[in-house]
Amino acid sequence: MAKSIKIRARLKGDVTTVKCLITHPMETGLRKDSKTGELIPAHFINEVAAEHGGNTVMSANWGVGVSKNPYFSFTFKGGAKGDEVKISWQDNKGNSDSRAEQIK
Amino acid sequence: MKFTKLTLAAICALIAAAAMADKKASETSPSEDLSVYRDYFAKRFPGVPLNEFGNGVYSIDRVSRDSWEAIEEFPPYEPMIEAGEAFWNQKFANGKSLGSCFDGNPAQRTNYPHWNAERKMVMTLPLAINECLIANGETALNYKKGKIADVLAYMSYESRGQKINVEVPDDPDALAAYSAGKSFYFARRGQLNFSCAQCHMESAGMYVRTDILSPAVGHASGWPVYRSKWGELGTLHRRFSGCNKQVRAKPFAAQSEQYRNLEYFLTHMSNGIEYNGPSARK
Amino acid sequence: MTTNIKRRVLLKGSVAAGTLGLVASAGLLTPRTVIAAWNEAAFKAESVDDALNAAMGEASSAASDSIKIKAPDIAENGAVVPVSVSTDMQGVESIALLAEGNNSPLVATFSLGEGAQPNVSTRIKMGKTSDVIAVVKSGGKLHSARKSIKVTIGGCGG
Repeated sequence: MAKSIKIRARLKGDVTTVKCLITHPMETGLRKDSKTGELIPAHFINEVAAEHGGNTVMSANWGVGVSKNPYFSFTFKGGAKGDEVKISWQDNKGNSDSRAEQIK
Repeated sequence: MKFTKLTLAAICALIAAAAMADKKASETSPSEDLSVYRDYFAKRFPGVPLNEFGNGVYSIDRVSRDSWEAIEEFPPYEPMIEAGEAFWNQKFANGKSLGSCFDGNPAQRTNYPHWNAERKMVMTLPLAINECLIANGETALNYKKGKIADVLAYMSYESRGQKINVEVPDDPDALAAYSAGKSFYFARRGQLNFSCAQCHMESAGMYVRTDILSPAVGHASGWPVYRSKWGELGTLHRRFSGCNKQVRAKPFAAQSEQYRNLEYFLTHMSNGIEYNGPSARK
Repeated sequence: MTTNIKRRVLLKGSVAAGTLGLVASAGLLTPRTVIAAWNEAAFKAESVDDALNAAMGEASSAASDSIKIKAPDIAENGAVVPVSVSTDMQGVESIALLAEGNNSPLVATFSLGEGAQPNVSTRIKMGKTSDVIAVVKSGGKLHSARKSIKVTIGGCGG
């Protein structure tokens, strides 16, 4: 799961816009394998958190309705250029990853 | 409208002639074909600048363009460009890397496809990549998706803005390959008996079920493509194969002579449009 | 006590241990007080009301004009539908996003921490034509807005 997260964080005025893209299959558990005909087990990110300066500025719970290779964007106040924004996720199989990126 | 139909009729007649009669005697030159083709789309979609056709159906449909722009805002293929760059830089067992076959320059899009006079065949970029791997004792890649699509994404990204400029030299073999691609394009095939041109020239902008058919001009510019349907990147030849299957025809192999000739014709017909791959499609 | 010491050691280690630390951090450093553990009942609920009851504590909400949903009228592909929710309401605690026609309507919930603005975007799957619903919790009350999105059945492209 190395490098599963890409983050862009930009400051404009006093608002930081954070956009992130996560590489993940987001399997619903309802799809069948086209070759074997077997159901592909559900495999999806269910928790996401964004931290800035030690605070969780935004956290999310996701279900299987979020698209494959999920995209997530939000805005917050209080960020400064050079500050780090850290995004972490965890999926229903216990996999996780996190990555920090500086606000530009 | 009348004029459009006339032009189309002219093309159809022309193609029918090409397919039936002696090739050398009846064929129009590639540059004549190009000007007829461009005029056709310019008249069918007035006000759409040539380069805009590189964005496929989004050049002519406002509604789907909104979603597309939202997706291109942070496109799902971005991590694959990085993976492709890593593959480009990865050392072979012999110490060399892909760059050794491409003058160390990944921005190669504009150089492919091209006619290789020595080997009397159309060279495509994926073929050149695999030949490089094999020549260096590495394993060839699957031509439809995966690593080949990643490395093509990286090379295409580095080549963005280069203009498509496929020259068909005045060489009977090159012209024959081009003509074969053209015939493929206009030939009906499969149980549904459709040609590429019927959907993407004659019916461009019209609906097939609930999808708007994209105009054929510019079709070669944006590859590899991340299709939402695939949920991953795929190559142009993967799409050819999919299109053939959709009209219930047996697809040819990716990088087969048939598909390479088709790519040669199709890319020539997109001359003057910028390469803008990789890109996202529905 | 032993567990606590181990935990502290692991935490300390995680700061220095690069990627290993990063993997551990998602489980250990994430403030559990803010991220509610994944709410299985809400995400498995088969109706909007059941999902909202489980996720937001109640199902009834007041329709609000100040919630804006930005999404296409016609989804190009139901597998990837870009949706943004924003509002000028003050004191927003959380936002839930639902696709009414999906087997499990609840798609995502967002909890806003300090400084966060009520403004989130994501891409969702929609099984069929239906409304997407945005529910905003502010001042302990639920407010909502909906927008119909037509999901097309693909021809060649889809």
